[in-house]
Amino acid sequence: MSIIAKNISKSFNDGKIVALKNVNVEIKQGEFVAIIGLSGAGKSTFMRSINGTNIPSSGSLNVLGKEVTSLKGNALVDLRKQIGFIFQQFNLVKSISVLKNVLVGRIAYNPLWRSLTGLYKKEDLILAKQTLDSVGLQDRYHEKARNLSGGQQQRVAIARAMVQKPKIILADEPMASLDPKLSEIVLEILTKFNQEQGITVLVNIHVLDYAKKYAKRIIGFRKGELVFDGPPPSLTPEITESIYTNPEEA
Amino acid sequence: MTNKSNNILSLPPKKPLSSGSVFLFLGFLVLVYYTSVAGQAVEFSITRLHEGLPYMADFLSRMFPPDLSILNRVWTDTLLTVHLAWVSTVIAAVLSVPVGFLAAANVFESKTLRRLTIFVLNADRAIDSLILALFFVSAVGLGPFPGVLALAIHSVGMLGNLFADAIEAIDPGPVEALKSAGAGKLATIRWGIWPQVAPHFISYFLFRFELNVRVAVVLGLVGAGGIGFLLTQYMRLFQYEKVCTVILVILVLVMAIDAISSRLRKAVL
Repeated sequence: MSIIAKNISKSFNDGKIVALKNVNVEIKQGEFVAIIGLSGAGKSTFMRSINGTNIPSSGSLNVLGKEVTSLKGNALVDLRKQIGFIFQQFNLVKSISVLKNVLVGRIAYNPLWRSLTGLYKKEDLILAKQTLDSVGLQDRYHEKARNLSGGQQQRVAIARAMVQKPKIILADEPMASLDPKLSEIVLEILTKFNQEQGITVLVNIHVLDYAKKYAKRIIGFRKGELVFDGPPPSLTPEITESIYTNPEEA
Repeated sequence: MTNKSNNILSLPPKKPLSSGSVFLFLGFLVLVYYTSVAGQAVEFSITRLHEGLPYMADFLSRMFPPDLSILNRVWTDTLLTVHLAWVSTVIAAVLSVPVGFLAAANVFESKTLRRLTIFVLNADRAIDSLILALFFVSAVGLGPFPGVLALAIHSVGMLGNLFADAIEAIDPGPVEALKSAGAGKLATIRWGIWPQVAPHFISYFLFRFELNVRVAVVLGLVGAGGIGFLLTQYMRLFQYEKVCTVILVILVLVMAIDAISSRLRKAVL
């Protein structure tokens, strides 16, 4: 099992905002899961709890055999090394090169002096180059990240996550800043890594068509609760309607 | 739409008199009164200024023509003043980098350490470099060295503060990405924060250097060496043609350094 969540809840501001409510879900290694729901439904909170950015307020969350709710310090770093995170806004360091951005994914695997000086091992440099090549960014290694287009920047971010040699990739609305064609490229790259390397991929998507096209399993959140979990064909129009209806307007 | 023709020439309703605007007006009256009191206290007088005009003219006329025979000596001392400003700015910048990270709200969790750092920075800014120079002259003797100490320490107050502001203004995205990849605090600073703030640090460094050149001239007046010290010597000896040369050189120096520095600052940002 890659991820086992038992009854996890998360609230913010002393319980005033409930982001997750009694969520139960199990995800096997190698699955490609799309998470759907409105903004504020709990998609991001769920994703950020998996790598320990948001620790659940209650319940049990087991990720790659570790109980996230009790992880601290080095144990947390060890877990995060194995989880690649892809952000909506790419979160690259814009003033440094593409290659150096990708090598950020190797920091946790290196002694401090190497990551501070940027003198990475040969294997790390080779891996970074190969990964950039595999996402179609040949010959852009020394270009500053800010000179790349949005779609290219997101591919650098995917390469950064991939050089971590992750067991899980979490992608939080990775296409929200991109146009449709580039969105599909991003999803195709994630599909490729999922199939070739057996990496568990969780993608937050608010465009339902993409979720149906790329994911084998869809999880739906509504007001912090898990309201759907199944393959795309069993997502009926009624369920879709309830997931995408704003609770304030209903 | 219906009564549009009625309203077309009517005035907008008057703004109601708020307590805020009353306070603003009273505050303005208080300031006017204080300005006149303070003016009397400092014996400000147009008459006296007028009576002084001939003496000023006399002083200026005795300054010309400037005595250019001392240019070599002036140049040597000017260079010393620039050295003084440069060395003290470099020391200040080196000290200000860690201080800036400690004073920024978005780097370390410890609030106590942060508040303490900010308090020290504020105190440092409050004590002028001239006062520090008097202290260091009496501690280590005359010459440029006490000037370097005074200027370096005083500059940390401003640079540390500016560095901290730059750090707080970064895009937090890359920091989040580094943390998610399992990077530690130092690696996160090195790759998530440093590349974003370094150009700003360089710009602030150059700005402080410009300022320090001007301050270093003044520090010479209290015995910290350089061109300012030379200026006081000529003044005491009533050698106004030489004073004139020194002032002209200072003028050219300050303008040249400001011009070069502002170009460089535009280039790095």
